[in-house]
Amino acid sequence: MSQSTLTAANMNLLDRWVSVFGGIALASCVFRRDSAGKTIKGLLGAEMIRRGLTGHSFGYQLLGVRGNGDPRGASVSIPYGLGVRARAAVTIARPRAEIYRFWRDFENLPRIMKHLVSVKVNSPGRSQWVAQGPAGRKLAWEAQMHNDIENELIAWRSLPGADVDSAGSVRFKDAPGSRGTEVLVHLQYNPPTGLLGATVAKLFGGDAETEIESDLFRLKQFLEAGEIATTDTQPKGPAISYRKPVQSSTQTLHAAEPQEVAS
Amino acid sequence: MKAVCWYGNGDVRVESVPDPEILNPRDAIIRITLTAICGSDLHIYNGYIPGMQKGDVLGHEFMGEVVETGSEVKRLKRGDRVVAPFTICCGECYFCQSDLWALCDNTNPNAMALKKLYGASGAGLFGYSHLYGGYAGGQAQYVRVPFADVGPIVIENGLPDDRVLFLSDIFPTGYMAAENCNIQAGDVVAVWGCGPVGQFAIRSAFMLGAERVLAIDHIPERLELARRGGAETLDYADSELMSKLREFTGGRGPDSCIDAVGMETHGATIDNVYDYAKQSLFLETDRPGVLRRAIMACRKGGTLSIPGVYGGMIDKVPFGAAFAKSLTLKMGQTNVPRYLRPLLGRIQNGEIDPSFIVSHRLPLEEAPLGYHIFNKKQDGCTKVVLRP
Repeated sequence: MSQSTLTAANMNLLDRWVSVFGGIALASCVFRRDSAGKTIKGLLGAEMIRRGLTGHSFGYQLLGVRGNGDPRGASVSIPYGLGVRARAAVTIARPRAEIYRFWRDFENLPRIMKHLVSVKVNSPGRSQWVAQGPAGRKLAWEAQMHNDIENELIAWRSLPGADVDSAGSVRFKDAPGSRGTEVLVHLQYNPPTGLLGATVAKLFGGDAETEIESDLFRLKQFLEAGEIATTDTQPKGPAISYRKPVQSSTQTLHAAEPQEVAS
Repeated sequence: MKAVCWYGNGDVRVESVPDPEILNPRDAIIRITLTAICGSDLHIYNGYIPGMQKGDVLGHEFMGEVVETGSEVKRLKRGDRVVAPFTICCGECYFCQSDLWALCDNTNPNAMALKKLYGASGAGLFGYSHLYGGYAGGQAQYVRVPFADVGPIVIENGLPDDRVLFLSDIFPTGYMAAENCNIQAGDVVAVWGCGPVGQFAIRSAFMLGAERVLAIDHIPERLELARRGGAETLDYADSELMSKLREFTGGRGPDSCIDAVGMETHGATIDNVYDYAKQSLFLETDRPGVLRRAIMACRKGGTLSIPGVYGGMIDKVPFGAAFAKSLTLKMGQTNVPRYLRPLLGRIQNGEIDPSFIVSHRLPLEEAPLGYHIFNKKQDGCTKVVLRP
């Protein structure tokens, strides 16, 4: 979350005037003798005056809506003041060109990105993405690559009509010494459930930063070790065992063979 | 197949489980011929290692015969007799390339969970909780070994199993502990804990040129084994332990101290009673009594080497003493592949026979009994090997 989105104006002019006058009306009850619930009305009124004067509503922000119109132009996917920002980095012991080439072929990405179902390149610069969303929902969007510098940078943004508006970039830098390549991902997205949904998701560990980090980790494994470590199916005892555990400390040791003397 | 499965505190059982399968191109399947219970398995047995699930197959010290290889396995072939390191290493990342194999970047599929806990994840380990990858262990008839060309060492000559098995963990672990002491001519090394790792640390310290080794434990047969390894012994229950350590070293203190105990210090000292109390209230995860004493005993400018496993938070560690005396602290999981060849060489030319540590040879089915007596140190138990 950037600082500016916390205070940016997100209300229209009419909304602000109504809020200011409504707030004054409500707050003025503190000067009346017979008014019930003075404190609450006073505080509520003060907050209404504040949001009217500053133009920033915390309620709208939590719900992820804007009252002052959508300022996005032809090249903006996330309206100013909205969205969640995530960043992650990994160092991969492979040459910059190799990692760039792997990433640039977007259809490779579902192999390493856990929640990505498919990527189809429609035309140069445009591609169709499908991901597994929360609660088994499928999320789809069309993306446009708006910057592509060979071996250095790829940047993209979603086009209107996306299930999730998003914009991001990946940068490739030589790591110091002979440590390979630093891969840095920036992603900004507008969660369908607003800031409130993103906060709840973060509480349960499903935040974008962790997801990107573990995707980058799989990319590293794939490019360095040639395979992605897995323990998806491992031999395992039944969850409920009917065998009796050893408990008695007086159990005889008859099963033990005689101790062999070391040479 | 039969395998030793974890079911809770002090509860392991031999169960029938599905056979392992090749999951990745660089995997191999090994038929186990000999496996062992490690002191660090007892941390799991006693419930101090988080991330265990009921039914998990234990064991990270094992050897056997290759029975199946994945499509990308080039060096190992069917029929090879191998000892596998307990650390799983990719061989390609910065850390493997820098000989820091236990820190391998690419072998823990649950690295994100460990990263949240420790800031970064090291190598995946066999049979050592889901935080370390959830790999099924080797106290079983078969095991899947990932990156089979990297870790396992082929044993070509006719050395018996129990002489080479401990290359998988405790011999290299004791050796690395001594190597971390940076032993110079005339050095006195103190070793806390005369379990298997401590025993190998004692012998390795002499191999690396230590003048004297002081071994500290309480159990008579372990102290006896330490004496047979050339060490002078002290009882940790001795109230004059610290002054005797000073006396033994002419007032200087040991040049280096090895903590081969780790998170489960025993003994009825005041600080350990405090640790037991805090541990039972979940206010502290580990009991670092040995660490405290080793810091206090070590000579100025000396080295503290810690092969004993720690898992979480420790309290009241005299860090001011460590700072004031300019101590060097060296620790961590063992970089096993680094030591396989040199130590196999030492076994081959008769410098050491690692089977000296074995006190109990049991069939795999008796593993629960093995855990029990090893944990309680009953029946003179110093090391249990299991034959499937």
